[in-house]
Amino acid sequence: MPATASAPIELQVGITLITFIVLKLNVMAVANSHLRIPDFTLSPRIDQVGAEERAARFTKRSIKKESKLNGLKLVLNMIDLTTLEGKDTEGKVKQLCYKAMHPHDAVPGIPTVAAVCVYPSMVKVAKKTVDGSGIKIASVATAFPSGQAPKEIKIRDTKYAVNEGADEVDMVISRGKFHAGEYNFVFDEIAEIKEACGDARLKVILETGELGTFDKVRRASDIAMHAGADFIKTSTGKIQPAATMPVTLVMLEAIRDFYYKTGKMIGMKPAGGISKSKLALHYLVMVKEVLGEDWLTNEWFRFGASSLANDVLMQIVKEKTGIYQSMNYFSVD
Amino acid sequence: MASKTKNNTLKLKFDTSWSYAPAPESKSAASINKQYDLFINGEWVSPLSKKYFDTINPANEEKLSEVADAGAADVDRAVKAARNAYEKVWKKMPAKERAKYVFRIARMIQEKARELAVIESLDGGKPIKESRDFDVPTAANHFFYYAGWADKLEYAFPNRNAVPLGVAGQIIPWNFPLLMAAWKIAPAIATGNTVVLKPAETTPLTALKLAEIIQESGLPPGVVNIITGAGATGAAIVNHPDVNKIAFTGSTDVGKIIQRAIAGTDKKATLELGGKAANIIFEDAPLDQAVEGVINGIYFNQGHVCCAGSRLYVQESVAKEVIRKLRDRIESLIVGDPLDKNTDIGAINSRSQLDIIHKYISIGKKEGAEMYESSCPLPGKGFYCRPTLFTNVAQSNRIAQEEIFGPVLAVLTFRTDDEVIEKANNSPYGLSAGVWTDKGSKIFNMTRRMRAGVVWANTFNKFDPTSPFGGYKESGFGREGGLHGLLPYLELKQYS
Repeated sequence: MPATASAPIELQVGITLITFIVLKLNVMAVANSHLRIPDFTLSPRIDQVGAEERAARFTKRSIKKESKLNGLKLVLNMIDLTTLEGKDTEGKVKQLCYKAMHPHDAVPGIPTVAAVCVYPSMVKVAKKTVDGSGIKIASVATAFPSGQAPKEIKIRDTKYAVNEGADEVDMVISRGKFHAGEYNFVFDEIAEIKEACGDARLKVILETGELGTFDKVRRASDIAMHAGADFIKTSTGKIQPAATMPVTLVMLEAIRDFYYKTGKMIGMKPAGGISKSKLALHYLVMVKEVLGEDWLTNEWFRFGASSLANDVLMQIVKEKTGIYQSMNYFSVD
Repeated sequence: MASKTKNNTLKLKFDTSWSYAPAPESKSAASINKQYDLFINGEWVSPLSKKYFDTINPANEEKLSEVADAGAADVDRAVKAARNAYEKVWKKMPAKERAKYVFRIARMIQEKARELAVIESLDGGKPIKESRDFDVPTAANHFFYYAGWADKLEYAFPNRNAVPLGVAGQIIPWNFPLLMAAWKIAPAIATGNTVVLKPAETTPLTALKLAEIIQESGLPPGVVNIITGAGATGAAIVNHPDVNKIAFTGSTDVGKIIQRAIAGTDKKATLELGGKAANIIFEDAPLDQAVEGVINGIYFNQGHVCCAGSRLYVQESVAKEVIRKLRDRIESLIVGDPLDKNTDIGAINSRSQLDIIHKYISIGKKEGAEMYESSCPLPGKGFYCRPTLFTNVAQSNRIAQEEIFGPVLAVLTFRTDDEVIEKANNSPYGLSAGVWTDKGSKIFNMTRRMRAGVVWANTFNKFDPTSPFGGYKESGFGREGGLHGLLPYLELKQYS
């Protein structure tokens, strides 16, 4: 075992059979990062007023002409087109998949979205529908959206989604445990889900609307990244507030610090509440100015959204033709 | 993928394939005359000196207009007009009527905000984002605020009879031309004084636009007179025997000359002079927000700010991280056309100021400090300077002691609270300071012991008309803004 095995977490976790297994997983999760697991209570503090002011400053950028058109295409290509409803059916999911592959065929040169995001039970049909298009299938898992289920069930949920063909898994953290200060539990759970994901990329949803402060958002981000997240994600979309620019900024800065410490890139996915092109472009500005070129691709940045796509399409058509068309010209799926 | 490289060579790439297209603000909002005369007694009069001088756009060195160069005789004419208006109209007018005029000027600044912002950026080189979102609205707010005080002086100073001083001679700098005019004129006329104001020779246009607004507002002739010129004009105002009060914002050197000139007279003065503010980051600070505050503290308005946080003190345990964050942040600053809405750093105000900044940059290099500047391209024409920072700076370096008045930051490190307070106070200046820490008690401990007129905690460069502003030591005396800002324009008499 590498030197990382002597991480302080050993002292904090009781030595039982289960934690031995957990420890091994932890070590695997961080083995590539050449980093000791830090004391998460020492995560950097965030000044709320300052973070909000900085976030507001990105919205002052004026995005016009070709940078607007290119930005809109980039946004469309970063969308995880999402349906997460109790009433989801195969029919609904198939239609959404078609929209993902053909957002607006009336105008040539429009990219596809990045992925379709569904519940585990819909993964198989979605996977089959988008076959060969390059579009990824993301599945929420781990007793989404509350995460209030035993760990074993969350792992089975994850494995089921992956076996059905999910390329990406969007898990939720145990916010209750996090608020109770049981960071090791949260960490171990993420590490185990990561293990269950196999080759699928893991997005870790912090549900920032339930965390209360930016300090806690930063701490949860650090836990998730160290435990093996490939992406960190703001929200389930089921809790208000969902994604905001300041909260996304705090997470992007956590990603930047993690990158400088470990050399490992982590993706970012704000989700929920981003339904207008202008706001999405502001997010893009933020990614450009906080993380730069390498993150300006759907490999490292996603929007979790359902209604954003049509607004982006409307704006793209407007940029190309100079005319705003009514929403009736854009398919609702 | 960049992550394959070794830790110590990791670098984020901010020169991205997705970039911002030019987004220039239209110049059509601004109407600038070919030539401007002097605004005396409510009228535009040609100078007795018969001389005019050019004012240029520092972003492209093109001439914008020419303005009158007021001589001693012109100054005398302006002071006489002010004296006449004071004795015959203004001091007799009921305070609530005075307030209405001040309020009207504030409203008209708001109505013409776009034009004023464009002219401010054209004439001074500051980014339109700042003139639009900071200079012009804050100027209007200042008039609104002091309009409110005009008829409430007996509440501001209970049991005292607050009476105006008479004629105020006001000389303002080129870094915030309209805003400084507002800082000077609003409290002076609200308290019942009349004014002779001289804007800086490189940035006279928004003050002249303000003169047009004042004329249109119907303010009684002579209450505000605005005359243009250089140092000699300013000296003539300071030395005029019928001026009761001098309000000056500018360099410490000129401030000292003014002090000498008015010695032995009964002229009152407020001087707002230079600074070399310490911005202090403790290891427990919210670092990303602190870095943002440092960036705003030094690169706001190209660093042409008397209270700019030009000395950064970082606790050694976080110095490396803070410097790395600063270098990244500098890379995302956009330097260029002041009228472009995306520009963060515009043009340096004048050729001579650019020379001064270059001089200090070469001094810093010679002193052995390590220089880092952003890699952004600069426009071919005009006066521009990349955002620059020096690390490995010692307290004894000139770049850590002297005011550069440009986008140049000196980064120093410290170990303990006592050490940093001693170093921060170890300066002839004392205008402003900043403290960044997560610990409330530390903020109060620091602010109590810091010899600076304004101390910002976990923020920087915040201005509000309700808040007094002014310096310690060679940063001047007297306060502008807030209730305190009324005092320099009043004499408080006992009721008898």
